[in-house]
Amino acid sequence: MAATLSLDCRKTFPGRLTVSVQLELPLDPPLVLILFGPSGSGKTTVLRCLAGLEQPEEGTIRFGQDLWVDAARRRVVPPQARHLGYMPQDYALFPTHTVAGNIEYGLSDLPQVERRRRVSEVLALLQLQGLEQSKPRQLSGGQQQRVALARAIARQPQLLLLDEPLSALDAPTRGALCSELRSLLTRLKIPTVVVTHDWTEALTLGDLIAVMSEGKILQVGVPQEVFSRPANESVAQIVGVETVVPGQVSDYANGLATVQVNGIAMKALAVEGIGPSVYVCIRAEDVVLEQAGSGMTSARNHLAGRVVAIYPRGVMVQVKIDCGFPLTAVITRGAVEDLRLAPGASVIAAIKAGSVHLVSRSVV
Amino acid sequence: MNWIAIGVTVKLAALTSLLLLVIGLGIAYWLSFSRWRWKFLVESIVALPLVLPPTVLGFYILVAIGPHSPVGRFYADLVGHSLPFTFEGLLFASILYSLPFAVQPFAAAFDQVDRRLIEASWTLGQSKFKTFFKLILPLSITGVITGVVLSFAHTLGEFGVVLMVGGNIEGETRTVSIDIYDEVQALNYAGAAKTAFFLLVVSYLVLLCVYAMNRKVWAVWPQR
Repeated sequence: MAATLSLDCRKTFPGRLTVSVQLELPLDPPLVLILFGPSGSGKTTVLRCLAGLEQPEEGTIRFGQDLWVDAARRRVVPPQARHLGYMPQDYALFPTHTVAGNIEYGLSDLPQVERRRRVSEVLALLQLQGLEQSKPRQLSGGQQQRVALARAIARQPQLLLLDEPLSALDAPTRGALCSELRSLLTRLKIPTVVVTHDWTEALTLGDLIAVMSEGKILQVGVPQEVFSRPANESVAQIVGVETVVPGQVSDYANGLATVQVNGIAMKALAVEGIGPSVYVCIRAEDVVLEQAGSGMTSARNHLAGRVVAIYPRGVMVQVKIDCGFPLTAVITRGAVEDLRLAPGASVIAAIKAGSVHLVSRSVV
Repeated sequence: MNWIAIGVTVKLAALTSLLLLVIGLGIAYWLSFSRWRWKFLVESIVALPLVLPPTVLGFYILVAIGPHSPVGRFYADLVGHSLPFTFEGLLFASILYSLPFAVQPFAAAFDQVDRRLIEASWTLGQSKFKTFFKLILPLSITGVITGVVLSFAHTLGEFGVVLMVGGNIEGETRTVSIDIYDEVQALNYAGAAKTAFFLLVVSYLVLLCVYAMNRKVWAVWPQR
């Protein structure tokens, strides 16, 4: 049997939430699993159960051959014995220790030479040289985040747990560090579980995604698939972005990027530091449908397409269009009637460049 | 000034605060980290010496360590003499009497330590014991020093418990406060004034240390 991390447990918070999850993560080759969901959906609880900081009342957690939790037999492996790298949301750097002291903290059972080697290795890996003797409070948010990561990976853990690794940073730093984190995780080759509520982070970092809501896992799959083909309405609502297609950035000019999707050129706002391979993400409510042959609008993208299917969604109607790639739009019932939309009808989809989001695509 | 009494007092205070450092850290750790629902029972017992008249506390200690109690008999069999009216008996009483002065600042300092830091330490493979010495103690150092200094100062000035348990044996259990009382009884006000002033100055200096250290604007503890 191939090694897996398997989780099947229940934890109740009286009066608030019952977290009940079943999850399997293959460990070989190591993957990055995203726990995705709105706040209060139980993502952090799952992560803390994996770390051994929270005990499920029922069920088991198994890591490869090791049984970490067996609630029925009151068997729990303490966090100290799980050999983890855990990074909490606010980093929890030790204020009394220097950067080097923080990184070295978990290495006390190694001989000093090896300890030094590991510290300088992760300092180099995370570009923290020169900051060895600084105290955490003297560092910027991005530097603190890197120190916390360095501390977590210095022990060469068998499982890496990251709780909202980028949420404490300001938006511009976050975008740049997200791609950096992805390339770091690819190089480390450690099975990783990342908690996030940001769909761009999920797409960039994840090999697999588990969408959570109200303490339950609703869907597990490859991020692009889950995003573009949500299993049900709740998943679609949580994810909030219906069109996710791979594309290639071909040109940058005047702050706009030109991106090719299946041979169709689209304009999008340029995002710094993302490679030529991207995911093009469009929310359904940002797509405006027009009748073919009508006049100019301010939208930069006008895509000719054909209606594939129409699904009523309450007051709104979801329209699936084929315009060289599958595109989803949400419009009102009235608009469907005015435009005389029906499967097979020709239509123009107008999308503002600002509504076309580019997310760096993980190269595996 | 009665230098012998001062010597006994300083020795008593130093030993008391040293032993309280060991015992108090253990009790404070348990009080701060235990999730036992009846914890407050222990908390109240620890705080009892704050409100109990020293004579009452002294009386019970005297009875507890006297030759008629099992503890007293066990000690007498072990060492060859009984505990009351000896320095060791006095030390034992002092520890109980100053217990809250050590435990409460310790526990308050431990309460301030962010639990997420402790959890991070655990996930980094550090046992609870190692986490205590590598993380919790350095983070609570001002509270720990405050507790030690306060129990030292409190022991310097104790009177009722000493009188009940220690008696008044020169060089053994006669402390400064007893000496002052004796001088006043003998109408030797000049002698009493000198010793009293000495005790006042020392107590003031000790408290000065505590307050200076707990004041963040002072650079007494630049590491923080």
